[in-house]
Amino acid sequence: MYGIAMAKGLLVTLKNLTKKPFTVQYPEERLKQHPRFRGEEFVWYEERCTGCASCAKYCPLGIIKIVTTPSETAPAQGDKYKLELFDISIERCMFCGLCVEACPYDALFMGSGFEQGQYSRKGMVIDIDQLRNADKRPSAFFRPQLEDAGYDPQGGRPLDWQEVGRESWQWHEREKAGMKIARPVPSDLLADGPRVDSSFVEDSVPEPKATDGPAPAGDAE
Amino acid sequence: MDCVLAPDNILHDTLLFRVIYEWVGQLLPCGLSYAVAGIAIMLLLVNGVLLGAGGFSWLERRLIGRFQNRVGPNRWGPFGALQPMADLFKLLFKEDLVPRGADRIVFTIVPVAMMAPVVLMMAVVPFAKDTALANLNVGVLYVLAVTSITSIAIFMAGWASDNRYALFGASRGVAVLISYEVPVVMSLLGVVLVAGSMALDDIVSAQTVPFLLVQPMAFFVFLAGTSAELNRTPFDLAEAESEIIAGYHIEYSGVKFALIQATEFGAVLTSSAVMVTLFLSGWSGPFSDYLGWAWFLLKIGVLAFIFSWVRATFPRLRIDQLLAFAWKFLLPLSIINLFATALEVYFLRNDAGMLTTNDLWLMAGINFGVAFACLLTFGTLIQDKVRPAKSLTAASLSSPEVG
Repeated sequence: MYGIAMAKGLLVTLKNLTKKPFTVQYPEERLKQHPRFRGEEFVWYEERCTGCASCAKYCPLGIIKIVTTPSETAPAQGDKYKLELFDISIERCMFCGLCVEACPYDALFMGSGFEQGQYSRKGMVIDIDQLRNADKRPSAFFRPQLEDAGYDPQGGRPLDWQEVGRESWQWHEREKAGMKIARPVPSDLLADGPRVDSSFVEDSVPEPKATDGPAPAGDAE
Repeated sequence: MDCVLAPDNILHDTLLFRVIYEWVGQLLPCGLSYAVAGIAIMLLLVNGVLLGAGGFSWLERRLIGRFQNRVGPNRWGPFGALQPMADLFKLLFKEDLVPRGADRIVFTIVPVAMMAPVVLMMAVVPFAKDTALANLNVGVLYVLAVTSITSIAIFMAGWASDNRYALFGASRGVAVLISYEVPVVMSLLGVVLVAGSMALDDIVSAQTVPFLLVQPMAFFVFLAGTSAELNRTPFDLAEAESEIIAGYHIEYSGVKFALIQATEFGAVLTSSAVMVTLFLSGWSGPFSDYLGWAWFLLKIGVLAFIFSWVRATFPRLRIDQLLAFAWKFLLPLSIINLFATALEVYFLRNDAGMLTTNDLWLMAGINFGVAFACLLTFGTLIQDKVRPAKSLTAASLSSPEVG
């Protein structure tokens, strides 16, 4: 009949009226974001960087610009170029993370923020001073050592350059001779809340797992 | 100068008008105080409608937000209740543009011509006991006549804007208004028959049983027809955003746009007020001598909720579906309703020509049966038959049939 589907539609919307709206009032409340979230505020550890410019070479858009002075070496590091310029024009960045994946010394990390809006394009270039002063809360993207330690940039503390490396990797020890760091990630790196599940975080309603209950008798072999 | 309103004056029954008139009449000459009282009442009405429109715009946006699992405007004021004010100020400070080829005078008159019928409609609606501005003995006719002005205003807007979208919207709007006027009028005849009067006050007092129960089909037809005349979804062809952008008010900006929007929201409220008066027994309810206005507002709120609910649910109809709905579905329903009601009134009324409460309950029972049968019959008849597509053959491709 002509009107039955319409009545059904009315009931559907009425049901929606009784549900809780899923809007997140953004500036006041925030969604919990994944530790591997690829944010805007790149985290760069100058002490770890040798100026090899792998990030610049791997960037598919060519938006990273590095100028080094080969004549000087950094005192803290032994073999390393001093950086004069490190610009990332974030306005064309697509957050593929290849620069982070390319970094052999774990010096460059994706950030965890997303609120770097500017009024002009000129402001969208992150220069070396901005990188130095940026909040050091690295994203766990392509850094399994951080994720294994349970580090969550949203709740955790800013990390020191000595805490973020892949110290268990033997090649790293050889490459970075002179660093001599053999310390595990301190326990206070852990965020206060429970660790974020690797599944999709947006849907925050926990679904009861099917495996929680006693296993059906038929499955026991 | 003691001025006393003569009992044969049309405004004699309006308590507020009489009080103001006699109070001002102690100071001013009678003719002047008559005007003063009239302007005072008019200010009340106009501002009441505009305030109500603002409030309803907030309410509807919140409601539709919740219907769509959103929150709706909630930033300014408690629960965002000051949002209409923000909208108004934004529109007040915008530039008031008139297109180059527009007919300036007509273009400027339109917002007022649209607002006027909405306010005028409230003049005969009784808000509470003895609180109608004028108790016209042809109240229903007056309401129908005044609402028809809207179609002229819409066509003026479309014609004067010098914009094709506006003209499309206007011609669609007028087509819809003309089609839906017929079933709406027919459905109201049933109510008038049962009440035995066209004065809205008498119709309210005749509703010992709300006419929603006595005339269910008329209520349905009137609700659908009114929401078509108000250009609301699913009948908002005249201002379909996805097809003709904003229809007839595409060229309006600033204060004029604010007035047109206020009209659209206010029209929902005034139509709800008329519907409450005609079908939901108006201001009457428990303690209605003192709380009549509260019952009235409550019932308006329920109907406004239904309007928002329908708007949040249905997608827009095509123009042929829209007109078919009017002519093939609503018109037969209203005619059947009129005939059934006429027969019932003819056989049930007593010697004085009146219907008792028991008669009304009996009619309610019969009419619900009639309504159910009619909805079933016409709902089945009107539904689209899906015709199988003609299969393409080599013969039909080589020699196309003519005609």
